[in-house]
Amino acid sequence: MNKTVNPNELTSDDDYGPLYAARKKVYPQSVSGTFRRIKWGLMAFCLGVYYFLPFVRWNRGLGAPSQAVLIDLPNSRFYFFFIELWPQEVYYFTGLLIVAAVALFLMNSIGGRIWCGYLCPQTVWTDLFYAVERFVEGDRRERMRKDKSSGALTLKRGSEIALKHSIWLLIAWWTGGAWVLYFNDAPTLVKELLTFQAPMIAYIWIGILTATTYVLAGHMREQVCTYMCPWPRIQAALTDEWALNVTYRYDRGEKRTSVKKAAELRAIGEHVGDCVDCYQCVAVCPTGIDIRNGPQLECIQCGLCIDACDNVMTKIGRPTRLIGYDNDINIQRRQNGKAPIYRIVRPRTIIYSAMIAAVGGIMLYTLATRSLLDVNVLHDRNPIAVKLSDGSIRNAYTVRLLNKSGYDRVVAIDADGPANPTVHVVGVDSVTPDRPMIVIPRDSTSELRLLVTAPAESNPEKSIPVHFHVTDIGLGEAASATDNFVSP
Amino acid sequence: MTDHSDIDSVSGKSTTGHEWDGIRELNTPLPRWWVISFYLTIVWAIGYWIVYPAWPLIQGNTTGLFGYSSRANVAVEFANLEKIRGDKMAALGAASLADIEKDPALLALARAKGKTVFGDNCAPCHGSGAAGAKGYPNLNDDDWLWGGTLDQIMQTIQYGARSGHAKTHEGQMLAFGKDGVLKPDEIVTVANYVRSLSGLSTGKGYDAVKGEKIFAENCVACHGDGGKGNQELGAPNLTDKIWLYGADEPTLIETISQGRAGVMPAWEGRLDPATIKAMAVYVHSLGGGK
Ligand code: SF4
Ligand code: SF4
Repeated sequence: MNKTVNPNELTSDDDYGPLYAARKKVYPQSVSGTFRRIKWGLMAFCLGVYYFLPFVRWNRGLGAPSQAVLIDLPNSRFYFFFIELWPQEVYYFTGLLIVAAVALFLMNSIGGRIWCGYLCPQTVWTDLFYAVERFVEGDRRERMRKDKSSGALTLKRGSEIALKHSIWLLIAWWTGGAWVLYFNDAPTLVKELLTFQAPMIAYIWIGILTATTYVLAGHMREQVCTYMCPWPRIQAALTDEWALNVTYRYDRGEKRTSVKKAAELRAIGEHVGDCVDCYQCVAVCPTGIDIRNGPQLECIQCGLCIDACDNVMTKIGRPTRLIGYDNDINIQRRQNGKAPIYRIVRPRTIIYSAMIAAVGGIMLYTLATRSLLDVNVLHDRNPIAVKLSDGSIRNAYTVRLLNKSGYDRVVAIDADGPANPTVHVVGVDSVTPDRPMIVIPRDSTSELRLLVTAPAESNPEKSIPVHFHVTDIGLGEAASATDNFVSP
Repeated sequence: MTDHSDIDSVSGKSTTGHEWDGIRELNTPLPRWWVISFYLTIVWAIGYWIVYPAWPLIQGNTTGLFGYSSRANVAVEFANLEKIRGDKMAALGAASLADIEKDPALLALARAKGKTVFGDNCAPCHGSGAAGAKGYPNLNDDDWLWGGTLDQIMQTIQYGARSGHAKTHEGQMLAFGKDGVLKPDEIVTVANYVRSLSGLSTGKGYDAVKGEKIFAENCVACHGDGGKGNQELGAPNLTDKIWLYGADEPTLIETISQGRAGVMPAWEGRLDPATIKAMAVYVHSLGGGK
């Protein structure tokens, strides 16, 4: 409600408020309904994935990690089910980030901040912590009463507080524990953690994540969304008039009156709104705002006020969805007696979907066609060419061979470009002359110094392209790279 | 600044009293924890100034409370690095030269170590890529004054050439002109003869018979029959395509008249044996090694 303050009643500077404001504690009430059910479902799903994914196994053969999702920092490898990424393939992560960002835009253009309300880790864990708080201390009224009652701390109240914080810390600790499991073989690490054999860094990370989870979800709560998170500011620029946001349909709600008065007024044919001013929508709001004041930065679009109001409407026998996901256009239209319109398919959403499809498609394509054998060549710069005593010209190259497969390979290296070149790899005596054979151990890189010599009579021009072909002599898989052969 | 009428009539909230174009700014204070965190960062910053070296003074700087210094830290890190590398360098020192080239891990280590040491010690003469310069051999090619096997390269690095070391390579190109052994016209003739040995053109009126005779009387002792050179004496092969000082007539005349005696320093005693070994392997692996 808008209160108007009479300036004449203010007597001192204090009435203008201090330079900082103490936080007003929010006591969200429990609620049931469609959106609450969706939230429970998504919470179970997200937390389930987070806590148990490290234990999912994936057979990659002997000697390779058998964890489905693993970030192997010491060896710079990332495993995701059938995918194994090398450090030079970080562009997949870039692609993933682009897809994630555009998906966020798409979500925003369709349903406003649904990310915030349903999927954001801050929301998910805060919701979980609220559930614990309700379970231990009771619902809104009870908690408010308990917090207000001054006087000595009773044993019951004390143990309640202790229990709440213990459960919170337990969840927080488990959250940190699950985090480190992504960086190491989970069952082994669990055993090590329990026997205090795990590396120090694991305990440190668990400590950090326990602390952040406990503080952010237990104590900071909606303040993270309101003061610390940049998203509310950004999303205001992304949303448009078609985006569905949690909206109080004031065309239907106003004028507010009590249930009894409304019935009386309706009986004499006067217009009254459906809102009965019961403040249920405010009571359930986890950020403590009144959605009837219009769109607000604090609103995370969790939809709980919709559930609360729907329950009220059902009880008083009025149509539900006085608060609902709606857009601004429709409020205007209904006020003017026109039917509401919704448009999910529009240029913005089409472009976002197309971008996701394009980037995702490119990623899938490169992933499907990427080779497990790779070669990189770097020409020596100093000197770029060497004349030998018989007049022949030699160029030296640094060749890097990558074997991304799970087995050792024997590869042959050929070079073509100058006429009749000889190819030699330093430190390798080839059985076949001019066709060096190299063993590259599985899942590793080999760096070689490779010399290509063109006979004097071939007299190559200043610079001609030279192609290096690397062929797995067992499987026939091949890779090639191109560089230049230079004459002095 | 505060005026009692600074209350926004719509929201009922006090304003800051600032007004632009009729729009007044509501006084929306920050949460207390936010402000406290802000002050704490200031306190932290001041503490940081005191605890760590921070302020430049006219001479030096404040040293902080615990004597922390990033320079000392680097020294410790370097010492640790040496300790970590100790084992590997010991393995390098223990292995024979041939074994090093056969073991990919040792070869990589020797090349890496050799490369940095080469850059620090050898590059001023031989160039950073060992491409050499006039009078300084190119170590990438296959022409070796004192021999290009691993052992020979190592020996040259250890003792040098004309370095004054007891085991150094000796032998030099005599100054036939300066010392009056050959007359100017004889020098021109023999210079042309030397060019003909590696298939280069000779000057007008050049007398091949005379050239061969002068060469046989004066040069064969070191450069051998047919000018094929002698690695024992560091005498270059005159029949190949590589010339340390140049193959043009004026340069050859200068070489024969003035003599040549380039110096390669001995590295024994200046670098430890494992490092010298690494350098030998590095130079050999440049591609010209025999
Ligand atoms: S106003 Fe409604 S949708 Fe917004 S945060 Fe509060 S309860 Fe959730
Ligand atoms: S819950 Fe519905 S009826 Fe109750 S105050 Fe909110 S909008 Fe009005």
